[in-house]
Amino acid sequence: MLDDFFIRALIAGLGVSLITGPMGCFTIWKRLSFFGDTLAHSALLGVTMALTFELNIPFAVFVISSIIAVMLLSLQKNTRLPGDALLGLLAHSSLATGLVVIGFLSNIRFDVMGLLFGDILAVNKIDILIIWIGGAIILIILKFIWKSLFAATVNYDLAEAEGMKPDRANVIFIILMAAMIAIAIKMVGLLLITGMLIMPAAMARNLSDSPTKMVILSIVGGIMSVSIGLFASLEFNSPSGPSIITAALILFLLSLINFKKSNKVKNY
Amino acid sequence: MKKNNKKTLVKLENASVEKNKKILVKNISFEVKQGEIVTLIGPNGSGKTTTAKMALGINENFEGNVQRYTSQIGYVPQKVVIDWTLPIRVNDFMQLTSKINPEEINEALDFTGVDHLKNKNLNELSGGEFQRILIARAIAKKPELLVLDEPVQGVDFKGEISLYELIRSISKKTNCGILLISHDLHVVMSATDYVVCLNGHICCSGTPKKVANSDQYRELFGDRASTMLSIYEHNHDHSHSTDGTIKKNN
Repeated sequence: MLDDFFIRALIAGLGVSLITGPMGCFTIWKRLSFFGDTLAHSALLGVTMALTFELNIPFAVFVISSIIAVMLLSLQKNTRLPGDALLGLLAHSSLATGLVVIGFLSNIRFDVMGLLFGDILAVNKIDILIIWIGGAIILIILKFIWKSLFAATVNYDLAEAEGMKPDRANVIFIILMAAMIAIAIKMVGLLLITGMLIMPAAMARNLSDSPTKMVILSIVGGIMSVSIGLFASLEFNSPSGPSIITAALILFLLSLINFKKSNKVKNY
Repeated sequence: MKKNNKKTLVKLENASVEKNKKILVKNISFEVKQGEIVTLIGPNGSGKTTTAKMALGINENFEGNVQRYTSQIGYVPQKVVIDWTLPIRVNDFMQLTSKINPEEINEALDFTGVDHLKNKNLNELSGGEFQRILIARAIAKKPELLVLDEPVQGVDFKGEISLYELIRSISKKTNCGILLISHDLHVVMSATDYVVCLNGHICCSGTPKKVANSDQYRELFGDRASTMLSIYEHNHDHSHSTDGTIKKNN
């Protein structure tokens, strides 16, 4: 069964959706979407490092993205540049450095488009293994820090005062984000990975009245986007990564209709 | 002030905070004991919130000595903004930092008069309602130390008085220590054991009566504030029950 590329793609997409669901919710609650973008851009540098030194790609991406994430946290504390300017600075400098390094690697044939937009139809059994095992580790750690991370999201000072160690939870969360990007990059590519994070979660927000519900719906939305996108890709021969994101967009737009309706009913 | 063998909950000794080479507060010393209400007063920017955060351990960049003798802390921050993207109901919010059983949640919400909002979303609440939820959340976990940073902001006048009465009854009922920040001078002072008057440093401190009669206090808040307080002190001939009704003592 796993020999069929389409089944492999579905299984990989399902695994990624399970991670991006909860991670995406926290990303929008904590207003970290541009932050996710920055980490994704830095993944290019990670990929080129992997190619240069013949390392495992997800591993190299994880290491580079984590370094960028930690650098960003310390820069935020130690400079007066606003957060978005810092993010832009790191995003584009890591993207540019990555592209420069690619330029030097003239002897390696390299699919830049696949890196930017993903190629889920090309995932192999090892990729699936990395997605599911890595994903399980991410979800277990997330479950472990859930309460303090959530308290820190609602109000940092309150969480700190009442002994929830929000600082630790925040650092662990961004490292999980780097790990997630490393795992998912092959599927939707570094330009679209934030879309996979944000869009199902945004859709879920329109349909939820509690954090748990939002996380579950976000996972469901991710799975639906992957399935619809993949079938569309097969049917119309459209690129798979962008098709998945387009499917997520359509789901989001549909959720808007429901959101307006339920808002009207609510005003009793 | 009576010296009992009450447990000290938090103690500050010559604590100072400096940020970007500007001194925010300097040489703050006071302590909060069990069953005691300590109020920080002072004009805007006088370092009330900074001092409270220091006592809570939120502000790590301070000099001097801050000792906390309890980890059971309830905190009502000055400003809590719940982003629209976060769907969270009152019931979830009540259990934000610790697991609390439904009866205790109901009891706390009932105590602050907002039990009917239990299943509402936080985004649907008015400022005053939200403030009552914040207080309910902080007391529901039965803390030893309660830190309230302007807890009655946005609450209507009638509610304001009953909330201050409530705060006082919490300290009586649960014997927790309370660090209160406010600038509602006359109402607060009546319910306070010890007042710390801040303006970057401690201008004066002591019982409400002592502070109100001090020259520094008069300088900071004006003569009118001083007489307002004295009048209140001398007319305290009635008691308040938790539901807000007032009884004459004689």
